[in-house]
Amino acid sequence: MIQVEHLTKRYGDKTAVDDISFQVHEGEILGFLGPNGAGKSTTMRILTGFLPATSGNAKVAGYDVFTDSLNVRKQIGYLPENVPLYHEMRVSEYLMFRAQLKGVSRKERRAKIQEALEKCGVIEVQNQIVGTLSKGYRQRVGLADTMVHDPRILILDEPTIGLDPNQIRQVRALIKELGKRHTILLSTHILPEVEMICGRVIIINKGKLVAMDTPENLISKLRGVATIHLEARGPFGQIKAGLEGVPGVLSVKGEDGTETHRFVIETDKGRDAREEIFRAFVDNSWVLLEMKKETVTLEEVFHQITTREAEEAVPGGEEPAFKGGIKETVSSLFSKIRG
Amino acid sequence: MTNSITIFKREMISYFYSPVAYIVIAVFLLSSGYFFARILALTQQATLMYSLANTQVILSILAPVITMRLMAEEVKSGTIEMLMTAPVTDFEVVFGKFLAALFLYLVMLAPTLLYVVFLGWVGEPDMGPIMASYIGLTLMGAMFVSVGLLMSALTKNQIIAGVLGIVSLLILFYLGYAVSGTEGWYVPVLQYIGTFDHWEPFTKGLVDTKDVIYYLSITVLCLFVTVRLVESRKWR
Ligand SMILES: Nc1ncnc2c1ncn2[C@@H]1O[C@H](COP(=O)(O)OP(=O)(O)OP(=O)(O)O)[C@@H](O)[C@H]1O
Ligand SMILES: [Mg+2]
Repeated sequence: MIQVEHLTKRYGDKTAVDDISFQVHEGEILGFLGPNGAGKSTTMRILTGFLPATSGNAKVAGYDVFTDSLNVRKQIGYLPENVPLYHEMRVSEYLMFRAQLKGVSRKERRAKIQEALEKCGVIEVQNQIVGTLSKGYRQRVGLADTMVHDPRILILDEPTIGLDPNQIRQVRALIKELGKRHTILLSTHILPEVEMICGRVIIINKGKLVAMDTPENLISKLRGVATIHLEARGPFGQIKAGLEGVPGVLSVKGEDGTETHRFVIETDKGRDAREEIFRAFVDNSWVLLEMKKETVTLEEVFHQITTREAEEAVPGGEEPAFKGGIKETVSSLFSKIRG
Repeated sequence: MTNSITIFKREMISYFYSPVAYIVIAVFLLSSGYFFARILALTQQATLMYSLANTQVILSILAPVITMRLMAEEVKSGTIEMLMTAPVTDFEVVFGKFLAALFLYLVMLAPTLLYVVFLGWVGEPDMGPIMASYIGLTLMGAMFVSVGLLMSALTKNQIIAGVLGIVSLLILFYLGYAVSGTEGWYVPVLQYIGTFDHWEPFTKGLVDTKDVIYYLSITVLCLFVTVRLVESRKWR
């Protein structure tokens, strides 16, 4: 649905988007994740035809965003970052204007507007002046606008920013619902959001693409090892030796307690050693009180991917060395992620 | 074209929700009414000629006030991002806004038709010059509004846009006015460029193609440059 190839955008000599390539498939919800200034909004602005790229190309619904911008814009519903709206208009007037502008036929207009108003929960404020709405309601009016012409693709730039927790939940549910009928590209720096609603994630940092995968894979691939925590009762030495013998176990650290013992086991990330650990306990009649596999959140993945680079980039003194540092870091990260 | 009309309608909604439209209309009616009454009392002639001759300066000030927010405000508030990512061309946007400003300008002029009615009531006005004057006012309005729109596309500060528009229109006015009656090779050039000499014939009942072409060509030129400026936003 969206194909991006070697997209680069420079503002003066500042590179906001640096040679990014990715695809959004029909029907999926793709999360676009990155810290402030990563280049998310810039990429979206290029895809929606608002900004030209410096180099590279992009296609939306089969149309080139540079040469066929008008056709691209017919296919998309775009929610810009700060939801700019005409504050002096009424909500219903605004949506009527947008529906007309996006070529919704006269016959369908009322129904489509009504549907968008309902879906986004803004029916009760439809006669209110946009400027008097709360931030959350403006956000919803913006969302209603993006879907009023029933586009195939929705491009949403931080759709939940500035909402209260309840509204965040509602908007997420709405986006998930919309994902059944539309292809969605959405940006955010809220990680749980991505885990909750996105089928796939792209992480960009400083304009570069650093990871692209499903949220689950991203988490498991980033871990070099999987860690298992145990609490057990029985002969400490024997248990430790037994655990070390379990296939896939790399190291065992134990804490010899009076009543119970604690173990921290590092295993090969590829395999789940829990079942074999359990069998070892059963076979030897040791008592297993607790077994927990440490889970990594996307939060940590994100943090690792985006901060490691920054940390390593700091000491770099001269320009070329500095750049090389980033490149190497990224490629090592890449190989790490690829496993 | 339908997109231009959609833009036009939206701009009209905004105009009437904002105080600017009412202020502009009120200022125009007060000043034009004042001149109309004073000049009528002085000349005792059933004609609009002298009072309309004066309105040119007032309109040079009010037209940019009408247009100053059109592009500037979109850029400042960021709504341009919503606008330009909808399936509309830059020209459709500019033209729709131009139509809206011109329409408001005509709405502002409409009450002066009452003066005509009044003149018909107290005397026997010559309708030729009056009709020519309204044709001229419309053409002049198109030009003034397009100059103002151009200025609005130059900056995101609407006050600066307004001041730029007023200053340029007043300079254009004085170009012709200052050299009027003097001699030199530059006199006809400045008189052609300036607005002053193109307006007077209309008040006398003359619709000269030279003047019509002047107003229309500047209008087209300004709209063209405005479209280019809006496009150039992308490359800045
Ligand atoms: N018009 C501009 N002129 C110069 N630099 C710009 C411009 N717009 C964006 N940038 C720069 O480009 C980089 C990427 O910005 P962008 O807005 O795409 O980031 P983002 O990922 O959307 O960040 P955020 O999460 O804060 O919204 C930033 O460093 C920003 O300062
Ligand atoms: Mg952003």
